[in-house]
Amino acid sequence: MEGNILTLIYIIASVTFILGLKKLSNPAKARNGNLIAAAGMTLAILGTIFLYKDENGNTLHNYGWIFAGIIIGAIIGTLAANKVKMTAMPEMVSMFNGMGGACAALISIVEFNHLSETFTVPGWSEVPWNLTGGMIGHTLTIYAGCLIGTVSFAGSMIAWGKLNGKIKDFSFKGQHILNLVVLAAILVLIVYLLFDLNPANYKLFYLIPLLSIVYGVLFVFPIGGADMPVVISLLNSFTGVAAACGGFLYNNKVMLTGGILVGAAGTLLTILMCKAMNRSLKNVLIGNFGGSNATSSQSKTGGNYKEISVSDAAVAMAYARKVMIVPGYGLAVAQAQHACHELEKLLEEKGVEVKYAIHPVAGRMPGHMNVLLAEADVNYEKLLEMEQANDEFKTTDVVLILGANDVVNPAAKTDPSSPIYGMPILEVEEAKMVIVNKRSMKPGYAGIENQLFYQPKTSMLFGDAKNVLQQLISEVKNL
Amino acid sequence: MLNWISENQQYIYIVILMIFLGIEVIGRVPSVLHTPLMSGANAIHGVVIIGAIIVMGKAESNNYLALILGFLAVIVGTLNVVGGFVVTNRMLEMFKGKKNPNKK
Repeated sequence: MEGNILTLIYIIASVTFILGLKKLSNPAKARNGNLIAAAGMTLAILGTIFLYKDENGNTLHNYGWIFAGIIIGAIIGTLAANKVKMTAMPEMVSMFNGMGGACAALISIVEFNHLSETFTVPGWSEVPWNLTGGMIGHTLTIYAGCLIGTVSFAGSMIAWGKLNGKIKDFSFKGQHILNLVVLAAILVLIVYLLFDLNPANYKLFYLIPLLSIVYGVLFVFPIGGADMPVVISLLNSFTGVAAACGGFLYNNKVMLTGGILVGAAGTLLTILMCKAMNRSLKNVLIGNFGGSNATSSQSKTGGNYKEISVSDAAVAMAYARKVMIVPGYGLAVAQAQHACHELEKLLEEKGVEVKYAIHPVAGRMPGHMNVLLAEADVNYEKLLEMEQANDEFKTTDVVLILGANDVVNPAAKTDPSSPIYGMPILEVEEAKMVIVNKRSMKPGYAGIENQLFYQPKTSMLFGDAKNVLQQLISEVKNL
Repeated sequence: MLNWISENQQYIYIVILMIFLGIEVIGRVPSVLHTPLMSGANAIHGVVIIGAIIVMGKAESNNYLALILGFLAVIVGTLNVVGGFVVTNRMLEMFKGKKNPNKK
């Protein structure tokens, strides 16, 4: 009876996961979708705790431990998620993703220990030990869950450290070869243990999580910060697959459904993100974009740029008919979204049409800018996606670029030797005037020069985005 | 091998169908929602917590290694689920706010 109820609960939970993901495709319903999935998850967790029975019909025990773990995790999770700043969301997602990976890896380790207990029982050698097909399937899911979960955990932690600036890019010659060697070693080990697991060699299993940590670290380390969202999305789908391995392990269909759903969706999301940057996944993973090798186009720096004063910029914008704001990572770091919205309102009061042009990969994650501007109550209709914005630049008087760089670099269209050649960009040079707010002339995340800054219609406005915006606001007010 | 496939055929069906479903569902998400979506998907793979609960609940009370590892797994799994949903909710809350910019 209880088992049947649990089955029903799992089916309901699976449906809520699918519905939740589906509703996330609509801004108005997205929040509902998230709550539905959360409700389904709660139901599945409570159902498992109270109704689960193993093959022999035993219920679970150790309730004290289970509840203590859940309470500790829930308190830390809620606090961390509520305290984190909006700009730090991407690394938070990466962190939680790593936790899921760690969970899957720990499960695999415990299950393997359980399996290997037969080896430590005295007189094991009298028990005929043969590997059946089912046994191989069972151990394969343990190894796979352990490998994928650990890689996801280690990789996510590195991604987290990179995004909050604690870990710098680091790569050395032959690193990709070393990566492949480590991965090959893990796979060989898995295949070996799969077909020849015996009491003499079972301890080799523990090399899998160790090597997987090494692999996860090496895998993410050389990847540039600009590509981190793609990596997090990829690791997210890894964790999904690791969760699905758990589903196989326990014949648990809700774990399988949720895991594979996320695995497939995450993989597609990764590919969509790569497409937005016009790069292949392979290029992201083994290319050294954002690393030190982007020297080809760095040689032709130079040219003269002109600066503009805050008051001139304010005048230019206040008397324009149409102003397009291009937000980038600089806006996010400076937490300038509220100031930005204030400037927008002021300009609108003066009869200026203000819109935002959002590049799909502006900031650190697709949608990052939308989330930030939404936090500052910027009207949804004002946010233009790349295609729409590119149509409107021709009729725009002033483009204000706030801490964006690579997404407006014309080299992506004109310079085939540039590492970002072919990436779709915002064609800001179509507008009559371009004002670029940056902290310095330093190149952006891709590490390449931006010829836009040296064009005659471009003026530079140096300074921290928030500071500059506040000055602009007071200047516009005085006009 | 063939034996294993026919024994586990319903799981294999689930895997195949879910792969297509996952692709289908995500394919229609506008790029503005990619970050919340990634976060939402992140929370959903927190379903791995169920495995952690089973591990924990099955561990014999004198098997300290299993208890400790299982306990850790429950904590990190809960972190994934709870943190994932709360972060997603916070992101989406902002999307709701912007539909009515007058109300602050």
